[in-house]
Amino acid sequence: VCLALREGHISPKELCHQCLNLIKKTKFINAYITVTEEVALEQAEKAEKRFLKGEPLGPLDGIPVAVKDNFSTADIETTCASRILKGYIPPFNATVVNKLLNQGAVLMGKTNMDEFAMGSGSTDGIFGPVRNPWGYSRQYKEKLITTGQCKEEPDWVITGGSSGGSAAAVAALTCFAALGSDTGGSTRNPAAHCGVVGLKPTYGLVSRHGLIPLVNSMDVPGILTRSVDDAATVLGVLHGHDPKDSTTVHHSFESFSLPDEVDVKNISIGIPKEYHAPGLSAEVLSQWMKAADTLERAGARVVEVSLPHTPHSIVCYHVLCTAEVASNMARFDGIEYGHRSTVDSSTETMYASTRHEGFNDVVRGRILSGNFFLLKQNYDRYFVKAQKVRRLIAEDFIKVFNSGVDVLLTPTTLSDAACYKDFIKEDNRTRSAQEDIFTQSANMAGLPAVSIPVALSARNLPVSLQLIGQRFREVDLLTIAKWFEQQVNFEAIDLQISDNIEKLPKKKTASTA
Amino acid sequence: MFYKMACRRSEGSAIRNVILSLLRPKNPRQGIGNGRRMEGLRNVHVDHKLNRAACTTHSYSKVPPIPAWKPVGETPLSLVYSVSPDLVDRMERLALVDFGNHEGVVRLQCAITFAEQLHVVDTEGVEPMDSVLEDMQLYLRVDRVIEGNCAEVLLSLPTKIVEEFYVAPPERPRCCSREERPDGCRKSTLSGPFLPSADP
Repeated sequence: VCLALREGHISPKELCHQCLNLIKKTKFINAYITVTEEVALEQAEKAEKRFLKGEPLGPLDGIPVAVKDNFSTADIETTCASRILKGYIPPFNATVVNKLLNQGAVLMGKTNMDEFAMGSGSTDGIFGPVRNPWGYSRQYKEKLITTGQCKEEPDWVITGGSSGGSAAAVAALTCFAALGSDTGGSTRNPAAHCGVVGLKPTYGLVSRHGLIPLVNSMDVPGILTRSVDDAATVLGVLHGHDPKDSTTVHHSFESFSLPDEVDVKNISIGIPKEYHAPGLSAEVLSQWMKAADTLERAGARVVEVSLPHTPHSIVCYHVLCTAEVASNMARFDGIEYGHRSTVDSSTETMYASTRHEGFNDVVRGRILSGNFFLLKQNYDRYFVKAQKVRRLIAEDFIKVFNSGVDVLLTPTTLSDAACYKDFIKEDNRTRSAQEDIFTQSANMAGLPAVSIPVALSARNLPVSLQLIGQRFREVDLLTIAKWFEQQVNFEAIDLQISDNIEKLPKKKTASTA
Repeated sequence: MFYKMACRRSEGSAIRNVILSLLRPKNPRQGIGNGRRMEGLRNVHVDHKLNRAACTTHSYSKVPPIPAWKPVGETPLSLVYSVSPDLVDRMERLALVDFGNHEGVVRLQCAITFAEQLHVVDTEGVEPMDSVLEDMQLYLRVDRVIEGNCAEVLLSLPTKIVEEFYVAPPERPRCCSREERPDGCRKSTLSGPFLPSADP
C-alpha cells in the first residue's frame, strides 16, 4: 500500500475514509475504545500534501495504524480499559506513538483491551469484550453449517488478550498495523487467535516511555500486522534508545528489510520438548509437527532441545507479575490524575475508595496477591524464590542458543480461540495460566518472539506457531517467519460485514433463553 | 502525478476495489507443506496411546508426540492456604484495596496455593534475577534540566486542586482494632477498618 500511495493509485485521505468506514461497519467487534476520526482525517490531509510534493516521510506515511489504550496519547483519552483512568487525557505521547506519528502514520484510534492488560481474553475491560473477527467470517460460518451447528447468532469467539482490540483491528482490515503491549504474551496470544503476525521485540530495544506499566521488567510494546515484512518495517521505526526510558539500551541494532527469497538451509531450529504441554490440542500439535517436518525437508537442521524449567515458568511469572503489579498500581490514588472518589473522611479512606471504585476484581486480586508475596515474612519464600527461578529459565534459553540453535519453534497457544461462553467458565487467573503457558517465558528471559498464523483449525479459526529468537536477533527471527509465511499462504479472512450491521446481538428473552 | 491519476479514475468504486485489494493479503489458503488441511491427522489419536507407527510417513520425531510433563494436580481444599481475618485486614490496609467479598479471599488463597508450586524447584546457589539487562551498562544521562515548565498542564489533570496544590483529605489516627473504627467510616463485608462497603 505504501507503493500505491507513492504512485498515486490511492490517496491517504481515501484510505483513511475507507478504514474509518470499515471501523463503523465492524463496530460490533468492539475493537476500538476511541476512534480518532478528526485527528485521523487531519493527519491524512497532511500526508496527502506531502505525497503531492513527492516528499513522503517514509514507509509509514499515510498508513492507518491503531494503538492499544495503555499507551499515552496526547489530548486523546487513555483509559487502559479501566474506570480509574476513564476521562484521563494524557498531556504527552508515548515515545513509540511519537515515532509512528513522526513518520506520518495516521492514527485510527485507541484499541480495546483487558483492564490494565491483565488477562488473556480481552474480556475484562470496562468497555466490554472484544469479538474475534474470524467468528464473523464466511469460513467460520460455513463450518458451523456443515457441522450442523448453524444458529441465527453463532456464539462469538474471543480474540485472546490482552491486546485483543489491536489484533482485531488489524484482522478486520481497519488498519495496517497496531501497537499492543506484551508482558506475558499479550501481543502474541491475540495475534495467534486472530490470525495476524504478533511480534514481541527484545526487552530494551523499544521504549516503554508512555506505556502505562504493568511489569517493568517484562513489558515491551508489541507490534501487530498482517505480514512479517510489515512487522519488520514498524520495528525499524520504533526501535532505539530513548533517554526517557532508562531500560532501553544502546545497541548496534539496525533497521532491516527481509530478503524476498529465504533459504533456510543450515539454519538450526530447536524444538523444546517441554512445550508439548498438557492440554495442547491435536490440531496445534499437528501444525507444529508439520512445520518442523517442512523445515527439515527444506534443509534446516531441526533438533529437539530441552528447556527443563518450562513447567515452572508460569508459576514464576504469576508471582513476579503480581508483585510488580502491586507496586505499579500504587500510583493510582486519585490525587494527581484519574478517578477520585467523593469519599473524603480521611486520606486512606479516599485512596481505598478510589481504588475500590476504579479497579475491577482482577486488578484488585492481583494487587492483593502481589502485596502478599511482598510481605516481609513472605518476601524470600515467594518473591526472591521466583527471581531465582527466573534466572534458571533465562539460563535454559542461553544454554540452548549457545549449543548452536538459531531459533526455537513452538506453539503459541494450546488451541484455537474459544467461544466466549466457554472462556468465561474459568476465572481470569486460571485462564491466564493456561493461555500464557507458551508465551510468558520469552518475557521472563527478555527474548524476541513472533507468532505467525499457519493454518485454519477444524472450526476454521486461525492456528499459529511461535518463533523465539536470541536477544537483538529479530532479523533472524523474522527471516524465518517470512519463510513460513511464504510456505503457508495463510488464508485471507472473508469478513461478512453487511450481515452484522443489522443483526447486532440482542438480549435473549426468557422464551429463547 | 497524483492529479493525473485522479483524472483517470472514473468512479469511486474503482478506488474502493484498489483499497480493498491492498487491505487483503492475496493468496488462497494452503496448509504448511502439502496444501491440505489437517484431514491427514484427523484419525490419529494424539494422546498417550499414540502409535508411533501411524506416523511413519512423516518424520515427526523432533516434536514429542505426547506431553513432556504432567500438570500438578488440584490441591485438595484441606491443604489450600488459609488467610486469617487479621491478615485480610492488614493486607487491605497495606494495599489500600479491599477484597470486596469472600470470593476475593478465596482468589488470594488460590493464588498462594498456586505459588507454592515454586518450591519444587531447586534454587540452591542461584542468584535472584532483577532484570534481564543485568549484563548491560545502563545509560545515565547528563544531570541537566531538559524539560519542564508544564505545571499548568499537569494541574489540569486532577479532579481536585486548591490553589495549584494537589490536595488530599486530612489523615485520621489509625485504628488499633475494629472496635475503635472512626464514625462515618463504612465497613467492608470483611470488616476492614477504613473501607467502603463491597457494593459501590
